[in-house]
Order: sequence, then structure tokens, then C-alpha cells
Amino acid sequence: MVMNSSQIYSPWVMEDIHAKADLGRYRIRGFSSFQKVTHFDDLTFLSTGLTRIPLEGYKEKCSTQVVIGEGNAKNPLVLDTPIYITGMSYGALSRNAKVALGKGASEVGTATCTGDGGMLMAEREASEKLIYQILPSRYGVNPHHIMMADCIEICVGQGAKPGTGGMLMGVKVLDHIAEMRDLPTGIDQRSPTRHPDWLGPDDLPIKIEQLREATDWRVPVTVKLGACRVKDDVKLAAKAGADAIVIDSMLAGTGASSEILLDHSGIPTVPAIVLAREALREIGMYGKVALIASGGIRSGVDVAKALALGADAVAIGIAALIALNCNRDIPEANFEEEVGVPAGMCHHCQTGKCPVGIATQDPVLMKRLDPEEAGARVANFLNAMTMELALITRSLGKSDVHSLEPEDMAALTIEASAMARIPLVGTDKVFGFD
Amino acid sequence: MVDINAREMTIREINTQVKELVNEGQEVRILDPQARHNLVIGVLKECKVTVEGSVGYLCASLLDGPDVTINGNAGWALGENMMNGRITLTRNAGASVGATLRGGQLFVGGDAGARAGISMKGGDLIIRGNSGFLTGYMMQKGRIIICGDVGDAVGDSMYEGEIYVAGEIGSLGSDAKEETPSEDELLEVWETLQDFGITERFQFKKVVSAKKLYHFDALERFEKRVV
Repeated sequence: MVMNSSQIYSPWVMEDIHAKADLGRYRIRGFSSFQKVTHFDDLTFLSTGLTRIPLEGYKEKCSTQVVIGEGNAKNPLVLDTPIYITGMSYGALSRNAKVALGKGASEVGTATCTGDGGMLMAEREASEKLIYQILPSRYGVNPHHIMMADCIEICVGQGAKPGTGGMLMGVKVLDHIAEMRDLPTGIDQRSPTRHPDWLGPDDLPIKIEQLREATDWRVPVTVKLGACRVKDDVKLAAKAGADAIVIDSMLAGTGASSEILLDHSGIPTVPAIVLAREALREIGMYGKVALIASGGIRSGVDVAKALALGADAVAIGIAALIALNCNRDIPEANFEEEVGVPAGMCHHCQTGKCPVGIATQDPVLMKRLDPEEAGARVANFLNAMTMELALITRSLGKSDVHSLEPEDMAALTIEASAMARIPLVGTDKVFGFD
Repeated sequence: MVDINAREMTIREINTQVKELVNEGQEVRILDPQARHNLVIGVLKECKVTVEGSVGYLCASLLDGPDVTINGNAGWALGENMMNGRITLTRNAGASVGATLRGGQLFVGGDAGARAGISMKGGDLIIRGNSGFLTGYMMQKGRIIICGDVGDAVGDSMYEGEIYVAGEIGSLGSDAKEETPSEDELLEVWETLQDFGITERFQFKKVVSAKKLYHFDALERFEKRVV
């Protein structure tokens, strides 16, 4: 049947062309990819029946702890739940948001991460466990702050915009942000994408050693990769000596990115985890180098599926912001008036006009986010996710979340079967593999 | 002064001993460094360290306060992210010397490789000889002084800061422009060079940001309304 409008030039495509014809540049937005791709919803758990005995879902002990950096670091990073808050910069986020994330994470015994732009002291104080991110920009990098970190993450790439650096629009580069980053106030900051002092896998081991030497081998050093050429990149990062590898998929969020990179680069979370797991197995380092997955993780069930596929832990970004209040129709906000879209449809982090005080540097908007209340919501959400994770694990008859494995699941679609390398429901067939 | 003979020591042992000795207030001299990487890392106090011989990558980095002299050559990223202090290298530096330098002074007695002063955020990088491709790339603040020639794409995408070149400029980088320095600026540069024993009054050219890439020129319709 022939449709009565063009399938190639849809109204959305026309709007995109009109916008670029007006702008004369690529489009920029925040949030995450709008692509519909295979995700955790395409997998289902095969809980116990007669072949396995379940654990009591609400009572029996189920270990959720994860340890990163054992063996190299004098003080490994010990997380009570395998879920932590990913790097999101002070600059992209408000001070209140950073503090709330730190408070929420600390409440449940997990970590948060600085992101770009340096260490905000209020975030350090609010965070029991803080990961210090070293990005190509090196904005705000200070050896004194490196010494204060509980873990160091070398960011090679971000899933939302692999192959490019960060972006912070001028409306957010106010005096205090500009000062921290040594930039002129008000510029549209486009960060470097290459590290200034090392370039590739040959000198990454030297950079990792430098950070270990600076901290007297006290804390773990991890490497974050945008999920693209996963197998080779993971092998190279592991061989370089990383304690953990963070694989950040195309579903990861951002405060600002060119739209084409958000929607048209990288691979989804499910195959990213599987490829990373296989890469580590092939070089005999699976179980020795921790694997952390991020990108589009929204619930404890998503975490369980990520762990079953091979991750040791996950990092969340947008889900934590939603727990703070992102896209919530709070009484103080007027989404339609302030960002031109209703609550639930906002992805305008790059404008700095966040109606709920999260992705802004505007002191008036920031007041709409109470760090105590918001921190409690984040803690509740992390607790809920951890409970969901433990519930699923017990339903599979297991007492440790790290015992989850691919054979605990089946795929609901052929694509998910091929990407997750597990059988399609109702068949014994793993598609793409004979 | 206490000597550390590094020949049979690991990098970990050398750095541990350096930190222990400077914390005791000792002046330290490292002998026979074997051009190893990551020597003198993360020292955060005023002290004096001398290295007798060439060093590898990332040496004298993440510092705040030390006065480090290296009598030899250095590999990549000498002095990376120094907050304050002084590094004197008597011979040549590899790529990315003074990468993301935030303060203090870094002197190269010979030539420097590509990307000298990349992402510099403050301080002075002084190069007695020539400097390579992409010198001052994405520089944000600070001052680079080159007494010799500089390669192509100098000052590419720099935000702020100044690059002074006494010799030939291979080419300017994207969004960089050449200016004539003021008399006061020249006096300050000559004064700085004098601190490192250079008394020649070079007639420097000055490279700065043209600032044409500071902003995206256009906003989307809804952005015009809300920003």
C-alpha cells in the first residue's frame, strides 16, 4: 500500500532541513539518542521453576557489593550497590544538582563522578566516594584534587558523542564556570577530543602509571570508552593496565552534543556489553578487569540484565537526573513558557534554562532544586533499583548479583538474540551464531 | 643534597624516595635516570630536585611548587599540568611539552616537538630553540616564548594567551592571528628570558586568538526565545 505522505521526507525530516537552512550549522541538543534500538526490554529473565530453587524474594541475603581496583590500588573502590552516578560536569549541571547527586549516592554507599570541569568542593564534601574524571580538556584538573579522589577515570570517549569533545554553550559559561575552566566568560565551549599528553594505546599505560604514581597507587584508575569499536578498544584499554573499563553506549546522555552524533554514532548498550565481555575473555582478562556499562539504564531490571550479560557494575546519568526532577512538572516551573515544550518532552539542557534547576547555572532556576530533598529522591531511586536487582537475582535462585549470567535470559526478538548472543524465546537458536 | 642512584631502582621506588626526602626538607639529585617515564610526579611542595640525565614521558608532571632541573633531554609531556614551580630542561623536549600547564615556568634549553603548550591554562613556556607543529594548540591562557622558529598551525583554536615567536612562523593555525607586540610586552618577555640567562633582544612577533570561533553564530528559533 502506498502511504499518503513521503516516508523519506517525513514532517520531522522537513523540519530538520528547515532548521538547518535557517541556522547554517549542525543542530545541538541535550538528553540522549532518539533512535529506537535494541535494548534491555528486548530480553526477558527465565526465573526458577522445578529446575532451580528460588530464594525468598524479600528476605534472603543477596550480595550487591562490587569492588573495583583490587590488586593494584591500596584502597580499592568498594560500592555497596553495583550502580553509581556517571560523570556529569559542574557547568552542565548546577551546584545543587551536583551536591544532591553526591548526597544521594553516599546515602546508599555508592559513588558519583566529577565529569568535566574539575572538582566542585561542595560535591567532594557531599560525596563519600568520588571518582575524578580526567578528560582531554583537562578543565580544572588540579593535582591536589587528584589526591582527594577515591578513583580516577580517564575518559577517552563518551557514548553520546564519541569522537568529539564536550560542549558547553555560552549561556552556561558564567564567570564561576569560566574561572574553573580557565576559559573566557560566555564562550560556546567546544572541548578538545584528543588528550594533550598521550595519544594512543602505546602511551596510555604511561598515563595510567603517572596517575598511579601521583596518588602513590592508592586509588583505582579506570578508562571510559564510547562504545564504537568495542572489541579492539577494550582489549587495548585492558592491556594498558586499567582497573576497570567503562563502556558508554550510544544511549548515554549528555548536556549538549551535535544531534547527528547523538543519533548516528556508537552502538547500543546490549551489544556493547557483550562485545566488551568477549574482548576481555579473548585476552584472558575477564574477571580481572572490571567491566562497567552505561547508557540507557533506567531500572534495577536493566541493571540485572547488564550484569547477566557480563558487566560488573553500571553507571547511570539521565535516570539519576530524572530522579532529581528532570522533566517533572513541579509547581515552580512552567515548561511551555520556559523551554517551549511540556514536561516529559524536554531535552533542552544545552539552553541552560532548565525549569527544574538541574541543567542550569541560573541562580533563580537553581533554587527550584533543594539539594537535601533531591538527594533523598536519588537515594530512594538507587535503593529501589538495588531492590529490583536483588529481587530478580533471588527469583533466579542466586544470592549474589554477580552470579547472574546470559543463560538466565532469553531474547524476545531476533535482533536481541543476535546482539545479546542468547537464544530467541521458544527456540534454541542464537541468531547470527550457528 | 641527597643523591638517589636510580639505575637499579623501579619508578615506584624512585618517586617514593623523592617524596620522602623532599618532605624531610632535603634537596634531591637523581643520578642515572635511564630515560625512564614518570619520574618526579605529584610533588606538591616547594623543593629542589635535579635529574642528571635524560628522562622519558610525563616527567616532572602534576607538580605544585618544586624547582626541577633536568640536565638532558625529555620525552613527551614534560611538566604536564604543573600548577606552580619551575622546570628547567637543558636540552630538547619531545611532543606536548608543557601540556595543560596551569602555572609556573617551564624552560626548554633546546628545541621542542609538536604540540608544545597544548591546552595551556597559565604559566610561561619558554623555548630557547625551535618549536614544532601545532604549538599552542587550544591554548587557553599563559604565555609561550619561542626564541627560534615555529612550525605550522601555531596557535590553532587558541582561546586566550600569547605566543611570542622570534624566528619564522610556518603558518598560523585556525582562528589565530599575528599582532605586533607592544613595547611593554616586549620588555616583559625580555625580562623573563633574562631569568634564564638569555640576554639577546629578539624582535618577537605575537600570535593571539582571532576570537572568531568563540560562538556559534546562530540560534534555533526556540533558543532565540528562551536564551
